[in-house]
Amino acid sequence: MTNGKSWKPWALLSPSLSAVFLLLVIPVCFVVVYSFWLRAPSGGDIPAFQWGNYAKFFADFFYPSLLIRTIRVALETVVLCLVMGYVPAYFFYRTESRFKPVLMILIMLPFWISFIIRTLSWINILGDSGLINHLLLKAGLISSPFSMLYNEGAVLMGLLQYLLPFMILNIYVSLDGIDKSLTEAATSLGCTEWQAFREVTLPLSLPGVSAGCLLVFVLTCGTYLPPMILGGPGNDMIANLIFKRIIGTLDWPFGSAISTLLLGLLGVIVYTYNRYLGINQIFKSLR
Amino acid sequence: MLKKEKDPAFVKFRGIVKRFGKVTAVEAMDLDIPEGALVTLLGPSGCGKTTLLRMLAGLESPTHGDIIIKGKRVNDTPIHRRNLGMIFQNYALFPHKTIFDNVAFGLKYRGIPRDVMKDKVLAALEMVRLPGVENRMPSQLSGGQQQRIALARAIVIEPDVLLMDEPLSALDENLREDMRREIDKLQQDLGVTTIFVTHDQREALSMSDKIVVMKDGRVQQEGTPIEVYNNSANHFVADFLGHSNFIGSTVEAPENGRIRVRLDDGSSFLTNPSETFNPGDRADIVIRAQKFAINHRSDQGELAGMNVLSGRIRERNYMGGEVSYYVELANGEVIHVINLVKRNPFRRGDDVTIAVDPENCRLLRELP
Repeated sequence: MTNGKSWKPWALLSPSLSAVFLLLVIPVCFVVVYSFWLRAPSGGDIPAFQWGNYAKFFADFFYPSLLIRTIRVALETVVLCLVMGYVPAYFFYRTESRFKPVLMILIMLPFWISFIIRTLSWINILGDSGLINHLLLKAGLISSPFSMLYNEGAVLMGLLQYLLPFMILNIYVSLDGIDKSLTEAATSLGCTEWQAFREVTLPLSLPGVSAGCLLVFVLTCGTYLPPMILGGPGNDMIANLIFKRIIGTLDWPFGSAISTLLLGLLGVIVYTYNRYLGINQIFKSLR
Repeated sequence: MLKKEKDPAFVKFRGIVKRFGKVTAVEAMDLDIPEGALVTLLGPSGCGKTTLLRMLAGLESPTHGDIIIKGKRVNDTPIHRRNLGMIFQNYALFPHKTIFDNVAFGLKYRGIPRDVMKDKVLAALEMVRLPGVENRMPSQLSGGQQQRIALARAIVIEPDVLLMDEPLSALDENLREDMRREIDKLQQDLGVTTIFVTHDQREALSMSDKIVVMKDGRVQQEGTPIEVYNNSANHFVADFLGHSNFIGSTVEAPENGRIRVRLDDGSSFLTNPSETFNPGDRADIVIRAQKFAINHRSDQGELAGMNVLSGRIRERNYMGGEVSYYVELANGEVIHVINLVKRNPFRRGDDVTIAVDPENCRLLRELP
């Protein structure tokens, strides 16, 4: 006999499932289909099934090099976010300050302002006539503006301010689930605070660390605003290429092919990550 | 063999005060813990018992006062150098380590060689009667088993003092009794000085060598379970250790080492005073519910020398082995009586007499 209520979870899930299906799965299928189409010299798209768009991507090293740069920048962003995110997350875990809720809201605060505005505002800080140069000039430390924009450093800065909250929150959630008596038990057994951190807190926070890293990596691979606004000509990432092909030259078939490649690559990375870093294993041991 | 003299003050608290901001958790505490004894800190939540334990562990530092272990002041010794075994309410096993690594944890930080470590860990698991689980993860064990592993982890380092913070309160009722006996036996076998924090008077009475009853950061009474139960020093202790009746009375005169008092309803009682009283003083007679014998009013048997009251049963609660009665006296006062079940328990509305030996009528000064 089947459970009479087995339809209920599906009924509850159906609004979000249909939204995901209609707004995500179907468009992605369109993109995959488009990637096999031909582009007529006149500019129109011709339905077809051929691998020309993919061949074009690998024919010129310029395109794969963008993909490689994207992965490199994404890894740099992950490392920076991890180093700069763990410390505040740990602080939130340990603090008993009554200002903790206020500080937590400050972490969320950037989400209330448009990503574009936040990215653009860095021009006012890092630009030739921006805040930093203005102060340095005024203080007489430099005689001409010190160029900080339109390079990879500025792009990383833009990515960091966008992604750091995701990393902090992921690590914090994981840390927050760790019973503080575990550290007390470890120190009572002869560990120093630092040894207890290494033995207990750090390993138990790894699920959050790894979720945060994965999220930051994937989001970096798909973002085009920081390179577009803060980067120079040599700082384009793969999403900028897609943006330029589809929005700039209306070349849907080629743009779709690059999108499909990026999707496939990220899919493989997420799968491998899950499988070999054993995220599920770590979760299991957390009771 | 000459047995080494046990130190009666193996752990000493001297003038301990602990404040959290404006809140005082522990107030002017002086306490000695004898070597090898199991001492219970008993009290309601917020009485400062856990704070006291955490100060001894080194997890909190006292605002004033000294903590001395084995004659050495440890106020400034960090927790990891105090050599204490700590048991937590929620077990606090490391979920990402095997049982072996959990138990071996303290040994690792004491630089014990691997092969010695292995023997010690296996022996400790044997001692808590869980051999063969060393390769499992904590989540694969039940709550009771996890607490036994926590016990093994704490005793394997041969601590000077074993500290237990409500170790049984997360366990089921039946398991709790088994675990309590387990801890009791292990403590006696090892002879390790143990401080046990609990709010459960039955746990405290059944396993302690000494009970320290606390309230509002102060010691109310310390003594053996029998002393604190039979000679409760004040109303709080008498009430906290279970089912006491407080009956208002006026002191009349001493009589053969006892004191005769007049109850508010006019009856006359002989009582067993813990301090001196003058005629005319107001006093409360403290009588535990279990000390009364209940009889039908028509059944006037062996009541010579007993203090007797009569009333009517207003409420009856059957509890299996015993029955709890609430007997209303003529003046409306209600007395709680707990008796073993005899052939036929009394029923609601029965007219009864309740009798109590003067020995079991403690006299305490009336609360202001």
